[in-house]
Amino acid sequence: MSSIPENLKYTREHEWALFDEEGLTCTCGITDHAQEMLTDIVFVELPEKGIEVKKGERLAVVESVKAVSDVYAPVSGEVIEVNSRLEDSPELLNSDPYGDGWICKLSVKNASEADELMDARAYEAHVAAGD
Amino acid sequence: MATIFDIPSSNTSAFPVPKYDIPDMDALPAELLSTDEVLPDVAEIEAVRHYTNLSRMNYSVDTQMYPLGSCTMKYNPKLNERVASLDGFANLHPLTQPANAQGALALMWELASSLAEITGMKEFTLAPAAGAHGELTGVMIIKKYFEEKGEKRRVILIPDSAHGTNPASVAMCGFEVREIPSRSDGDVDINALASALDENVAAMMLTNPNTLGLFDRGVLDISKLLHSKGALFYADGANLNAVMGMAKMRDMGFDLMHINLHKTFSTPHGGGGPGSGPVGVRDDLVKYLPVPVVMKDGEKYRLEYDRPSSIGRVHSFYGNFLVCVRAYAYLKRLGATGIRTTAETAVLNANYLRARLKNAYNCPVDRICMHEFVLNDKGLPNGLTTNDVAKRILDYGFHAPTVYFPLHVPGAIMIEPTETESKQTLDAFADAMLAIRTECSENPGMVHDAPHTLPVKKVDAVLAARKPVLIWKK
Repeated sequence: MSSIPENLKYTREHEWALFDEEGLTCTCGITDHAQEMLTDIVFVELPEKGIEVKKGERLAVVESVKAVSDVYAPVSGEVIEVNSRLEDSPELLNSDPYGDGWICKLSVKNASEADELMDARAYEAHVAAGD
Repeated sequence: MATIFDIPSSNTSAFPVPKYDIPDMDALPAELLSTDEVLPDVAEIEAVRHYTNLSRMNYSVDTQMYPLGSCTMKYNPKLNERVASLDGFANLHPLTQPANAQGALALMWELASSLAEITGMKEFTLAPAAGAHGELTGVMIIKKYFEEKGEKRRVILIPDSAHGTNPASVAMCGFEVREIPSRSDGDVDINALASALDENVAAMMLTNPNTLGLFDRGVLDISKLLHSKGALFYADGANLNAVMGMAKMRDMGFDLMHINLHKTFSTPHGGGGPGSGPVGVRDDLVKYLPVPVVMKDGEKYRLEYDRPSSIGRVHSFYGNFLVCVRAYAYLKRLGATGIRTTAETAVLNANYLRARLKNAYNCPVDRICMHEFVLNDKGLPNGLTTNDVAKRILDYGFHAPTVYFPLHVPGAIMIEPTETESKQTLDAFADAMLAIRTECSENPGMVHDAPHTLPVKKVDAVLAARKPVLIWKK
C-alpha cells in the first residue's frame, strides 16, 4: 500500500498539492502511488519559473524506464519556484515523492480550485478503484 | 566483446599511411592539430576476424524466428532482391524521360492497381516513404478535403489501442486528437465514440485488425456513425497482412488508407528501411493525391503533374521505387490465391501459438485472433515481469516479442509469428515460452537475471538512462 499523507490534497491524475496556511501558494509533486506505477524515474522536465499554468495543464514531464508521463497542474497559478535538484537527481521522485522529490511551487490564483481536489481518504479510494 | 580499439596494437603499422605530398604542412595552425587520437593498429586478418565475428552476432529473420508483434517481420524472399537488382531497375535514373522508362512506370501503375484491387480503394499513390509518412499524407488529404468543402473541422478521433504514429500524424497537420477507449473485449467502445462525435470531427483513424490482433466487429457501425456526421474514416493498413485477399478495407467503410509495403508485402525493414507507405483513396478523394501520378493512356504510361487540387509533392521523384519493385515481385509471385493463403496462414499460425500459450500466460482478451495476439505478465509469480520473460527468451535462441505495446494493456507481450514459420518452429517457440513459465515458478532468479548466454548480459536500464555514456573513450 502506498503512502497517502493526510495533510495533502490530490488530483485524479496522481499529483499532490500542499497549500500554505493562507492558501496563497502550494507545493506540488507526484504521489507515492504514481512513482510506484512509473517505476524508476530517469528524467524530469521542469517548468520554467514565472510561467502561468491553468489547472489541468501540463506542468512537468517525468520519464521512467517504463514510460513518459505528463504531470498536470493541480490548480491554476504562476510557477514561483522549481526543484532544480531533480535535474541531476530524478531518483528523488522515487525515494521521497512528498519531500525532496517536490516538483515546483505555484502561487494560487483561485482559492476555490483547492476545494475541487481530493482529500487523502477520497484519493485512497480512487487508488483502490484502480484508476 | 572488445571493440576494434581494444585489440592490442601490433605496432606494425599494418596499414601504411602514404606520405603527404603537400609541401607546406607546417602552415597548419597548432591549435587545429590534435595529438590524442587513438587509432586502431591491427593486421588485416585481425580486422577481418573482428568484423566477421561481430556480424555473426546478428539476429535476423534469415537466421531465426522473429515474433515481433505489430512489426510483421516476415521473411523477405530472395527473389525480391534479385528482381530489384536488375540493371533496368537499379540503374534507372530518376530523370529519365517517361518515354524511356515505360517498364518502370508500368510496374508502378500495376502495383498501384493491385493495391487498389486488394483494398477496394479507387487509386493509390506510391510516393510516401513509410507508414507514418503515409498517415501524414492521408491526414493532409483529409485536411484538403474539408478545406475545399469550406468546413473547419479540428478534431480527429483515435482509439487508445492505436499506434503512436497516428496521434503524431494528426498533430503534425494541426488537428487535435480525441482518444476513444476500447471495450474489455478489445473492440472500439461505440458508445464512447458516439458521444465524442460531433460536427467538429474530421475523421477517425482505425487500425483493423487492431493492435490486439483482433478484428473490430463494430467496424460497419463505426463507419455508419462517422459518415452520418460527414466525417471520413481512415484505415491504418499496418495489419493488412491479416485480411488481404479476404476482406477489402473499402467494404468495411474506410474512405482512405495507407499500406506498409515493408510489412505486408515483404520488403526489408528494420535497420533503417527504406520503407514504403502507399496511400489509397475512394473516388472523390483521388484529386487530392500527391503528384506526380502514373497514368495509363492506351498502352503508354506517363506521369501526370497537373492536378490543381493535389496536396502537392510528399517525396522527391516517385517514392522509394526499388521498394515498390520488391513488393511487386512478391505480389506477382503469390498471385490472387497466394495473397489469400498468406493471410490465412498468418492467422492460423497466430491462433496456434495463442492456443498453446493462453493458459500459461494471462490472455487479457480471449478471442480468436487475427495475425497476432497479446498476452501479459498479470499473475506471473515472484514479481517477475514482461521484461524478464522477454530477456529470458533470448537465451532460448529467439528474438523477444514486442513488449509493453499496445499501451492500453499493462505489461503486454505481443506475438506475431507471420506466415513464414513452420509448425516445428512455432512449437519450438511455444515450448520455450512454456519452459520459461515453469522457470518463473521454480527458478525465478534464472528468469530475473536473464539473459545468461548472450554477449551482453542483463543491462542496468535505470543506470543507462540516468547516467548515459554516449561517447566512447579509451
